[in-house]
Amino acid sequence: MASPRTLLDKIWDEHVVCSPDGELPLLYIDRHLVHEVTSPQAFEGLRLAGRRVRRPEATFATPDHNVPTTDRRLPIADAVSKQQIDTLRANCREFGVRLFDLGDADQGIVHIIGPELGITQPGMTIVCGDSHTATHGALGALAFGIGTSEVEHVLATQTMRQAKPKSFEVRVNGRLAAGVTAKDLVLWIIGKLSTEGGAGFVLEYTGECIRSLGMSERMTVCNMSIEAGARAGMIAPDATTFDYMRGRDFAPKDFDRAVVAWERLPSDPGATYDRVEIFSADDVVPQVTWGTNPAQVVGVDGRVPDAGSLADAGDRASVSRALEYMGLAGGTPIADIAIDRVFIGSCTNARIEDLRAAAGVVQGYRVAPTVRAMVVPGSGRVKRQAEEEGLDKVFQAAGFDWREAGCSMCLGMNPDTLAPGERCASTSNRNFEGRQGKGGRTHLVSPAMAAAAAVQGHFVDIRDWEYR
Amino acid sequence: MEPFTTHTGIVAALDRANVDTDQIIPKQFLKRIERTGFGQFLFFDWRFLPDGSPNPAFELNRPEASGATVLLARRNFGCGSSREHAPWALADYGFRAVIASSFADIFFNNCFQNGMVPVRLSEDDVAELFRRAAVNAAAGTPYRLTVDLEACEVRDDAGFTRSFEVDPFRRRCLLKGLDDIGLSLAHVDSIAAWEAAHGLPTVAG
Ligand code: SF4
Repeated sequence: MASPRTLLDKIWDEHVVCSPDGELPLLYIDRHLVHEVTSPQAFEGLRLAGRRVRRPEATFATPDHNVPTTDRRLPIADAVSKQQIDTLRANCREFGVRLFDLGDADQGIVHIIGPELGITQPGMTIVCGDSHTATHGALGALAFGIGTSEVEHVLATQTMRQAKPKSFEVRVNGRLAAGVTAKDLVLWIIGKLSTEGGAGFVLEYTGECIRSLGMSERMTVCNMSIEAGARAGMIAPDATTFDYMRGRDFAPKDFDRAVVAWERLPSDPGATYDRVEIFSADDVVPQVTWGTNPAQVVGVDGRVPDAGSLADAGDRASVSRALEYMGLAGGTPIADIAIDRVFIGSCTNARIEDLRAAAGVVQGYRVAPTVRAMVVPGSGRVKRQAEEEGLDKVFQAAGFDWREAGCSMCLGMNPDTLAPGERCASTSNRNFEGRQGKGGRTHLVSPAMAAAAAVQGHFVDIRDWEYR
Repeated sequence: MEPFTTHTGIVAALDRANVDTDQIIPKQFLKRIERTGFGQFLFFDWRFLPDGSPNPAFELNRPEASGATVLLARRNFGCGSSREHAPWALADYGFRAVIASSFADIFFNNCFQNGMVPVRLSEDDVAELFRRAAVNAAAGTPYRLTVDLEACEVRDDAGFTRSFEVDPFRRRCLLKGLDDIGLSLAHVDSIAAWEAAHGLPTVAG
């Protein structure tokens, strides 16, 4: 009998094209997602070498990182941004790649629209020139972020060179308590694993807690795998996945047959992983990052750590450096931290479920007078759905800005940025120095926690919120 | 791609862990559509003061790091975004090798595509290199290291020699400056066979 295999083993084995002597294996890539920032040099490389895109029909593009989130009928004010978006258009036209362009009803953050349109499917290998490609693993796909040279390689060959990563089971038992979300869970896990604990591994999230999560929540969890250093994160497909897939634009035509194949993907009983960590969902409370990487995180009922109390000199140095940048004193209770800005958006937390959670919190409240807050839906579809449900009205009545879809202040490449020293409660995934604007200070939280902070002007424990 | 066999150069000692790609090349410089010209923006927010003048306190701006081509840093170098602009900026600035106790996966791969060697040494060895660099800096002399990809060895001229590991395929590509895509396209028949076996429309090779 064949030895039991993990989800990773199965997808890997299926996609190895060849492992020539003395070379890294070539892995077939089923779907390639492309955006404007990491692709122009790759297309240019193809052009210079006289190569073409091997499978244009497996390649999908959208502008997201650099796009304005204000009125789309106006021309793009930033000439350099415009050039990058124009370049994507020209490249897609020249190489026959399907583009969900600015103004297209389905444009959005690449990691939101892939699953939303059914382009992402269980059992597939998926790559994108973006480190949060792990998001797609939530559907039971093996999804990697790659660099631009690799983008060019995939465009030309539909394969990538890759040594097989090691497998890492992250099992979460129990259920999340009310008010504790998938975002809190993944931030908490990153805090446990550290920013490099997952390096060299593909994380597979398992256990009762993960099984109880909806697709949107699973995407939030997989999305942040890279923040623990893992190039990919995945969750075995189940009934939740199949229900999500059914009826999506690019879902397989013979859906029932596809489901039969997908049902064979989950890890076999007795399959072993290179590393296993077992956590309990009971230990997770709403999380807030206090530092300049996502592993620098603590419960909302906790305090900013005191560098002086740390044993290791390296830790002391990096904590003091982070606190200095963040303008925080060690020992400060998280609930005492006042904020200036709120950003609800990004591929981590800008799906309809996220917006519903945030709108539920702000319903009947106003944004604090000291705070500027914005909501940036993850895609055109999310935006329309939210408007049908009247969420835009809830946000606007509370004083939030309601924007067009894009990455926006997750990375601040477009005009949506923090000013130096401004402090932001953000639902995005990175709190690196300057990530949201030079000198800006980012605290990562869940959508509900961000919404509550917008109303109160400082962090509050969402578990005590009075919903109106 | 420019081949890499062995390189000796001045070390810039960047004594920080978790140096992320947002620091290596901040996002405001990702709008270019070329692969070149990113060196001027390397470590921009650390390297320059708000008035645009060089920040004298930043490691790369110190006199002993002038002309550096080997970057020394602490663990988890290159974490964060997949932007290849980070190795482009390092290479364009003049770096040929980065030495750290660990690297983020995507950045590590990206280096090989750009004629730059990422060298993984133990925490202790990295600490020793920082110590040696500091001794030289105090004496006002630059510290030099040789990164020898043929021998898979890092050494200085004062008795430090350590071997490092690198994937044999990546090493061969770098030593010879091979075109990755060309190598893969040599297997185009296998690719087409895989596609045919999986019922995908076959593409003429
Ligand atoms: S939303 Fe942020 S993390 Fe996600 S793809 Fe855009 S820039 Fe990257």
